[in-house]
Amino acid sequence: MSLLRDVYPVLFRTDIAVQFQYRAAMIIWLIGLVIQPVVYLVVWLTVAKTQGGEVGGFTSADFSAYYITYMVVNHLTFTWVMFEFEYRVRSGAFSPLLLQPLHPIHRDIATNIAYKLLTTVLVLPVTALLIWAFSPRAELQLWALLAFVPSLILAFLLRFFIEWALALAAFWTTRVDAINQVFFAVMLFLAGRMAPLSLMPDWVQTIAYWSPFPWMVAFPVDLLLGKLTWEETVEGLVAQAVWSLLALALLSVVWKRGVKAYSAVGS
Amino acid sequence: MNALRLLWVFFRIGLMNELAYRANFYVQFFQGLLRLGVALASLAVVFDHADDLNGWQPAELVALLGVFFLMSGVIGTLIQPSMQRFMEDVRQGTLDFVLTKPEDAQILVSISEVRVWRLVDVIQGVIVLLIALWQIGGDTGWREAGAFALTLCCGTAIVYSFWLMLATLSFWFVRVENILVIFQSLYDAGRWPIGIYPRWLRMGLTFVVPIAFAVTVPSEALVGRLTGATLMGAVGLALAMLLAARLLWRWGVKNYSGASA
Repeated sequence: MSLLRDVYPVLFRTDIAVQFQYRAAMIIWLIGLVIQPVVYLVVWLTVAKTQGGEVGGFTSADFSAYYITYMVVNHLTFTWVMFEFEYRVRSGAFSPLLLQPLHPIHRDIATNIAYKLLTTVLVLPVTALLIWAFSPRAELQLWALLAFVPSLILAFLLRFFIEWALALAAFWTTRVDAINQVFFAVMLFLAGRMAPLSLMPDWVQTIAYWSPFPWMVAFPVDLLLGKLTWEETVEGLVAQAVWSLLALALLSVVWKRGVKAYSAVGS
Repeated sequence: MNALRLLWVFFRIGLMNELAYRANFYVQFFQGLLRLGVALASLAVVFDHADDLNGWQPAELVALLGVFFLMSGVIGTLIQPSMQRFMEDVRQGTLDFVLTKPEDAQILVSISEVRVWRLVDVIQGVIVLLIALWQIGGDTGWREAGAFALTLCCGTAIVYSFWLMLATLSFWFVRVENILVIFQSLYDAGRWPIGIYPRWLRMGLTFVVPIAFAVTVPSEALVGRLTGATLMGAVGLALAMLLAARLLWRWGVKNYSGASA
């Protein structure tokens, strides 16, 4: 049985059918997705205005381009496994998944992509609306557009592996809320969500550079907006690949131990 | 006064329930500190590049942050858990037990669940607020303090009425929690003064989801930026929304016929 040819198409079809029932929930998630970048965009626009139109090389139009692109890249790469895993473990819903002759991560990847396919239909008009409301400006280059595609795929995989490994913490503790919160707090500053990384203090930028976080979202964003040179692009892609492999290794180690620690509720 | 006595009873029940899970206190404390640290760090990054934000000085924005946490704590301790429980009761039919009690049912559902540990947010908010006021200096007199207390009460009343009205809708529509998730994600926008947002968003945050009155207006009162018109508006809106929520509630209860009937 080939994974890509036989398993994934079936998972996609069922997932799309299942998720199509939750249209209202999708719109609500969408609002949550849009509101945070818009809030930070407005904050920085206000700062730019009081500083005479420019902050650290960013004009209002640059900020708009950054945060709108950020929203789209974040939408395409985000996962919700860490919020789901605790429920899965606590309720015992994980047991049937473990019995299947398929690693549960494949099901999650398929669900995630199916969800993205459905919700992108909603994200596109919202993006158009934001472009109309905030008039961004960016210089798109063909080579950067081409390099953006692999960087986006790698960003998706990197985020998926790291967040899935983190979600496995639910095997040992029920306090995953606090762990998730720490993760998102770090991500806020190191992944360029609160502000473009170049506006951060130097020491934060250094920490970010050696961490996996900027490669999850900020790097594809900067690449698409034409802020990076050839060398920086290659470097970023290599960093993404290395971190993805490391995350995958971590994931498989944690997974092996976690499954051993897991005993279903009621057993 | 009866309502206060009931609130005290439910508070004690909540406390006794939570005392069984004392580790929750430390987790809550840690999460509160983390939220606060993130918020303060964000301010630090912003003020690394600017001296003021739309006329708000750094210390004034820290005060606003204190109000934000204070209000989050009030919502998280009492309003949100009680309303969620109420909606769950409607769905499961257990609301019948509340309605048959010899006490005003609106009061009962509004204080039915107290998450005591979330008071940590209130305390943290007050501490941040006091530090910010000390930083701002001696400008805060009795006038500002009085206006602050008044607008804070109005803000709480507005947010409470808003939640109650949405929750009351569950008499007709079973799934309204989704709308409350929207409130949660929009509430975060209140960490910044409403004045910075573009008009359409400001209108939404003032009248559709009344966050402006919950956080920005009390903060304005505290730092002496409040205009008489805004004060009157806050009081008027609070009274109007309390009344509207009451009417909607009574209409809803009249139409309610139990989950299985």
